[in-house]
Amino acid sequence: MSFLSYLINGLSLGSIYAIIALGYTMVYGIAKMLNFAHGDVIMIGCYVVFTMTNSFHLDPLASLGIAIVFCTVLGVCIEKIAYRPLRGANALAVLITAIGVSYFLQNLALIVFGSDTKSFTSIIEAEPLVLAGGKLKIPVITIVTVLSCVVIMAALMLFINKSKAGQAMLAVSEDRDAAQLMGVNVNNTISLTFAIGSGLAAIAGVLLCSAYPTLSPYTGAMPGIKAFTAAVFGGIGSIPGAFIGGILLGVIEIMGRAYISSQLSDAIVFAVLIIVLLVKPTGILGRPIQEKV
Amino acid sequence: MAKLNIKKMNKNFRGQLITYAMVIIAFVVMQILIASGSVSYLLQGLMVPLCIYSIVAVGLNLCVGYLGELSLGHAGFMCVGAFSSAFFTKCMLNTGMNETVRFLLALVIGTLTAALFGYLIGIPVLRLRGDYLAIVTLAFGEIIKNVINVLYIGRDSRGFHFSMKDATALGLEEDGEVIVNGAKGIMRIPSQSTFLIGVILLLIALFICFQLVNSRSGRAIMAIRDNRIAAESVGINITGYKLLAFTISAAIAGAGGVLYAHNLATLTAQPANFGYNMSIMILVFVVLGGMGSFRGSVIAAVLLTMIPEILRGLADYRMLIYSIILIAMMLFNWSPKFVAFRQAQMEKLFGKKKKEAV
Repeated sequence: MSFLSYLINGLSLGSIYAIIALGYTMVYGIAKMLNFAHGDVIMIGCYVVFTMTNSFHLDPLASLGIAIVFCTVLGVCIEKIAYRPLRGANALAVLITAIGVSYFLQNLALIVFGSDTKSFTSIIEAEPLVLAGGKLKIPVITIVTVLSCVVIMAALMLFINKSKAGQAMLAVSEDRDAAQLMGVNVNNTISLTFAIGSGLAAIAGVLLCSAYPTLSPYTGAMPGIKAFTAAVFGGIGSIPGAFIGGILLGVIEIMGRAYISSQLSDAIVFAVLIIVLLVKPTGILGRPIQEKV
Repeated sequence: MAKLNIKKMNKNFRGQLITYAMVIIAFVVMQILIASGSVSYLLQGLMVPLCIYSIVAVGLNLCVGYLGELSLGHAGFMCVGAFSSAFFTKCMLNTGMNETVRFLLALVIGTLTAALFGYLIGIPVLRLRGDYLAIVTLAFGEIIKNVINVLYIGRDSRGFHFSMKDATALGLEEDGEVIVNGAKGIMRIPSQSTFLIGVILLLIALFICFQLVNSRSGRAIMAIRDNRIAAESVGINITGYKLLAFTISAAIAGAGGVLYAHNLATLTAQPANFGYNMSIMILVFVVLGGMGSFRGSVIAAVLLTMIPEILRGLADYRMLIYSIILIAMMLFNWSPKFVAFRQAQMEKLFGKKKKEAV
C-alpha cells in the first residue's frame, strides 16, 4: 500500500511540475527564450491568494480567481517592459534580463511581505478519502491537483489545435517571419502566450502551496528550476512533452525520496535527466535539431 | 636593444597589457586606501570575494564567450575545488608542513580535481547543444552540491572512513576526527586567502586565458564556436578542443573555489554559495562584461559585487535596486533600438560614420 500512496503523491507533485512546465515550454516554443522569472510569478500568485484570504477574508476560490488575473497581467507587463525591447538581441542577453526580473520579483516580495515563512492554508479543507479499509488515505487536494492538471492539458491542446489564436501560436513557433508575412500579429501572440503561462503559474502556485504549505519569497525558485528541468526532460517546446516530463519527474522525486535517500532526491532527479538527455539529446518528445551547412 | 614601442605592438598584446595593468593599479590603489584607513571593514572583507568572482568569471568567459557553450554549473566546479583543497589542508594540519607550501599544494590539488571533474563531465555533456547543454551542466552542479551535503569523511589511527549516512556511521575510534561532516561541511579551515594571493591568481588566470585564445588552439576553439561544421570539415578535432576549453574553464573555477574555501573558517555547500544561483551570478558578470572580453568580465564582477555594498545604506531596498540596475543595463546594452540610438548619437558627436564591415 505504501508504494501506491507514494505513487499518488508523486503524481500529485508531478502534476504541479507539469502545469509550471507548460508555462516554460510554451514561452520557449513561441518566444524562443527561457523565462527564468516564471518560478517567481508562481510565488507572487501564492502571496496574492494568501493576502486575499487572510487579510480580506475572501472565499478561497474567489481569491484564486484574483490571483490568476493578477499573474496574467503581471506576465504580460513583464514581457512588455523587459523582454520585448530585447527581441532580436542575443539569446543570452534575454536570459540575463529574465534573471534580473526574477531577482526583482523576489526582492519585491521580500520588502512587501517580509522574509518570514508564512504558513499557507490549503484552499480546500476536506476529509481525506479513505480507501482499502483505512490503509490508503488520499488527501482531496491531491485528487484536485491531478484532475486540474489533466483538465488544463486537455483545454490547452484544444485551444492550440482548434482556435485561431492557438493556430497563430503554432505558426509563430514554427517560423516567426513567415507567420508575420501571413498576417499573424506576432507581438499579440507572444503576449497571449505569456498571459496563459502566467495564469497557469498562479494555479500551479496555489496547488503547490496547498500541498506543501510554506510560503516565502524563495518558494518559487526550486519548483521553477525543477519544472524547467521537466520541460527539457519531455522535450522543450512540446506541450505533451511538458506533461510527461512533469509527471515523470514528480514520480521519480517522490520514489527516490522514499526508497533511496531523502537527502539525495534532487541528485536522483537530475541524474535521471542527464541519462535521458544523453540517450535522447532533445528530450523525450523533442524534435531533432536540424543542421544546415 | 629593442625599445618597447607600445604603438607598434600587436593589438592583442596591448589589450592584454592594459588588462594586467588595470588589475595591478586597482590592487595598488586599494592597498594604499586600506593603509590610509579610508576603507570600511566591510569593504576590506570584500576584497578576496572580488578576486574569487573575477577569477571564476574569467574562467566562465572562456567557456561561454570563446567556446560558445552556456554552462550553468560552474558553481559545482568551484565547490569541487573548495572541498578537495580544504580536505587536503585539514589532513595536513598537524603534520608540521610549512603553511605556504601547504596552501600551494592545496591550490594545485583543488585546481586539478576541478579540472578532472570538468574533463569527466565534459565528455558526455559536450555532445549536447544549446539549452540542453546548459540544463545538464546545471544538473551536474546541483548533483555535486547534493552529494557533498551527505558525504561524511573521518580519520582515525586506522585510516580514512567514508559514509553517506551520518557521522556516527563512520565508526571512528576515540582519537578519530570527522573531517567532512555532511551538511555541516568542513570546519576550522585556516584562512590563508589574502587580497595579494587573489590578485596574483587573477593575473595567472588572465595570463592562461589570453595565451590560450591567442594560440592555435584558441583559434580552433573560436572556429568551432563560429561554425562547427565548417571547423570540422577543415580537420579541427571538435571534441578535443571543446574538452580542452571546458576543462581549463573548470580548473580556473576550481582555483576560485580554493580561494573561497581558505577565506572562510567554515565551508558548507549551501544553495547560496554553490547552488545554481552562484553559477547564474557569475554568468551575469560574463554577459554584462561582454562575452569574449576577459577585461569586461573582471570589471563587471568588481562593479556588480560592489553595487550592493555601496547601496547598503538603503538597507532592504538594495537588492531591489540592484535588480533594476541589472535589467536597465541589459536593456541599454543589448536592445536593438538602444543600440541604434547610441550609434546615432555617436555619429552626431564625432561627425563621421564607422566604416561598415564588408
